[in-house]
Amino acid sequence: MMSLITRSGRMGVVLASILAMLPAMANASWELNLPRGVTPYSNIVYNLHMLILWVCVVTGIVVFGAIFLSILKFRKSQGAVAAQWHESTTVEVLWTIVPFAILIAMAVPATKALIMMEDVGKSDLTIKVTGYQWRWRYEYLDRGVEVFAALSQKSNVARQLGSGIDPTTVENYLLDVDNEIVLPVNKKIRFLTTAGDVIHSWWVPALGWKRDAIPGYINESWAKIEKEGVYRGQCALLCGKDHGFMPIVIRVVSEAEFDKWIAGHKQAAPPVANSASPVATGSLLVQRQ
Amino acid sequence: MSEAAAHHDDHGHHYNGGISRWLTTTNHKDIGTMYLVFSLVMFFIGGAMAMIIRLELFKPGLQFVDPQLFNSMTTLHALVMIFGAVMPAWTGFANWMIPMMIGAPDMALPRLNNWSFWILPFAFTLLLSTLFMPGGGPAGGWTMLPPLVLQTGMAFPFLIFAVHFLGASSIAGAINVVATVFNLRAPGMTLMKLPLFVWTWIITAFLLIASMPVLAGAVTMLLTDKYFGTSFFSAAGGGDPVLFQHIFWFFGHPEVYILILPAFGIVSAIIPTFARKPLFGYSSMVYAAGAIAFLSFIVWAHHMFTVGMPLAGELFFMYATVLIAVPTGVKVFNWVATMWQSSMTFETPMLFAIAFVVLFTIGGFSGLMLGVTPVDFQYHDTYFVVAHFHYVLVTGAVFALMAGTYFWLPKWTGHMYDETLGKWHFWISTISVNVLFFPQHFLGLAGMPRRIPDYAVQFADWNMVSSIGGFVFGLSQFMFVIVIVKCVRGGAKATDRVWEGARGLEWTLSSPPPYHSFATPPEPATIDGGYR
Repeated sequence: MMSLITRSGRMGVVLASILAMLPAMANASWELNLPRGVTPYSNIVYNLHMLILWVCVVTGIVVFGAIFLSILKFRKSQGAVAAQWHESTTVEVLWTIVPFAILIAMAVPATKALIMMEDVGKSDLTIKVTGYQWRWRYEYLDRGVEVFAALSQKSNVARQLGSGIDPTTVENYLLDVDNEIVLPVNKKIRFLTTAGDVIHSWWVPALGWKRDAIPGYINESWAKIEKEGVYRGQCALLCGKDHGFMPIVIRVVSEAEFDKWIAGHKQAAPPVANSASPVATGSLLVQRQ
Repeated sequence: MSEAAAHHDDHGHHYNGGISRWLTTTNHKDIGTMYLVFSLVMFFIGGAMAMIIRLELFKPGLQFVDPQLFNSMTTLHALVMIFGAVMPAWTGFANWMIPMMIGAPDMALPRLNNWSFWILPFAFTLLLSTLFMPGGGPAGGWTMLPPLVLQTGMAFPFLIFAVHFLGASSIAGAINVVATVFNLRAPGMTLMKLPLFVWTWIITAFLLIASMPVLAGAVTMLLTDKYFGTSFFSAAGGGDPVLFQHIFWFFGHPEVYILILPAFGIVSAIIPTFARKPLFGYSSMVYAAGAIAFLSFIVWAHHMFTVGMPLAGELFFMYATVLIAVPTGVKVFNWVATMWQSSMTFETPMLFAIAFVVLFTIGGFSGLMLGVTPVDFQYHDTYFVVAHFHYVLVTGAVFALMAGTYFWLPKWTGHMYDETLGKWHFWISTISVNVLFFPQHFLGLAGMPRRIPDYAVQFADWNMVSSIGGFVFGLSQFMFVIVIVKCVRGGAKATDRVWEGARGLEWTLSSPPPYHSFATPPEPATIDGGYR
């Protein structure tokens, strides 16, 4: 099974690179496929995605090929005479069992991936992410740091109806925030997602998952980011008027730089509000506003 | 001309003239026509909303509508297309065709039939009037998730009551189909001889009866949460926002099969007709439809994989979901086997039916991908999902509706439609609909969330392609209207059988059929056994 995944992954790379060459403009924005991401989980998701995609492509070639061949060969205008057979238990059993077997073969790696994703134990760092209309609050629970992040001012001005500003002139249009959060590389980070008003969904595609932020719930997920860099995402669940305008930006740095950032932020940040219950903090925030 | 049709000439038409004919009619054909016309009007209203959405998404930046209006467009587009266009269209087809297919004079409950139709215009007046209210229409998405939907202003009670009305109308229509099929079949029309359209509609009717009351309950709880101080879905009051999602999708997943099962029935009638060959595996088609309907009740939580379910729940819903691929695959393979070694011609209904098989299967593939939970954590709530459900609902359900319209239009009107125009409509629609929806797969995979009025610039190119496809697809639907209007007004006289390979009782009636379809039951010998 594993070899099949890697092989399909390699075929995917070949296909993707061929497709990427097609538009002569070679503009990066003619993106076709899922990015690989930067966590072990996102790589597994990518391989699984390519595996199922190839299963679908092969099935499609067989089924659509048969339809195409029928259209070519069995047309009345070419003198085709219709046979009258209309039943075959053997064939029916065959095309019930074969897809079933393929599904089981796909379910095995999918189950493994899911078990891995749900294992949030032994984390090095815990960050509580709270969604509000329309910004995110990040609390580094064991470090005493709190950050609020909303859409950057530049994007916010440009995105107003009839602003007259060309979005292509704004750097990272709609994917830029006023306060980035900083995370350490190669550490198992546990994310607790919740919300203060309506349901949001926290999604950075490079991590390989999204998780809903729901008032009254604390959802657990984790990520081990293996590459330093800046990764961007957005709220994925409709949360009202400005749902499209609450981006997520994470900057992943070395442990030393991360510690420095924490130290610098600790002094500047206001004391963390009582966060016994997400609902309570939510209403507290509303009052503060 | 058949005996039944000849017999009909002894009777007069007992209907009032003018508008009161349509207000008071209990005739299955009149009501069927009203359902179909209403659905076509709604298809254009919902389509106009889609045009606004694609216009705003044509390029990055907000040019035409503010985010609030954009959100109410996506919300209402969905509600109008699901409850206003596709569901009433199926009920319209059921009204027209089921009595003619089973050898009955009319539907079993004709007054209920009149009532279930006339609820609809009022329900949509309520719903669409919210667009002109202070605060605008509902903008929380057609899934009405609390707490967001509770932030809706004046439109809120109108939304809830419109959904109540729509549910009542569907349940009444479904009860009528069940009563008709179980009581009014002609002698000799055994269950396993029923045309597949009738079979898939009975199954659909049971899905409706089982799932619509659940939706009614869920939205009633929203209503009391908003106005009567209950906290069913409010975490602050001890309730649970995720509970609503479980209840909603317990309705919502059977609902998607309500939208697609009758399409399976229509395609199973059209392909054998133009292939001049009996449908392959009739009984397995019936069992597959039953299996799909059963599975549709135990997979609802795949719409909510990201809410944070326990591992066991995620695994169960993943396995059950991908299992649906098996009976669905059986259906697709059977259609292909029907075409194999046949003698095909490619009139417009057949073109739409073949396009249905191919494009619906593509929607099925993306559905399979979405069903795999760990990968769904990436796909969920992106344009990949938007592409998926438009492939199954537009190139699936809507294409089957068009196929069925072209297929039976000569029977309904007594005239042949304009085949050249029909073929133009098919080719332009099929090409443009793929330009419209296929790039949305790429957008979703690249990371574009759904339901956003504006997007980051790396999504600009495919959005522009998609919008161009959307405009062409939208405009080309006027050709559909032209074909229908021309056909109703005149055209070459249609024969009773209309299509060379047509089988089934409806083709033994005259074209157009008599006002009361089978006033006397058809001869048992004219009943074909289980071929389609």
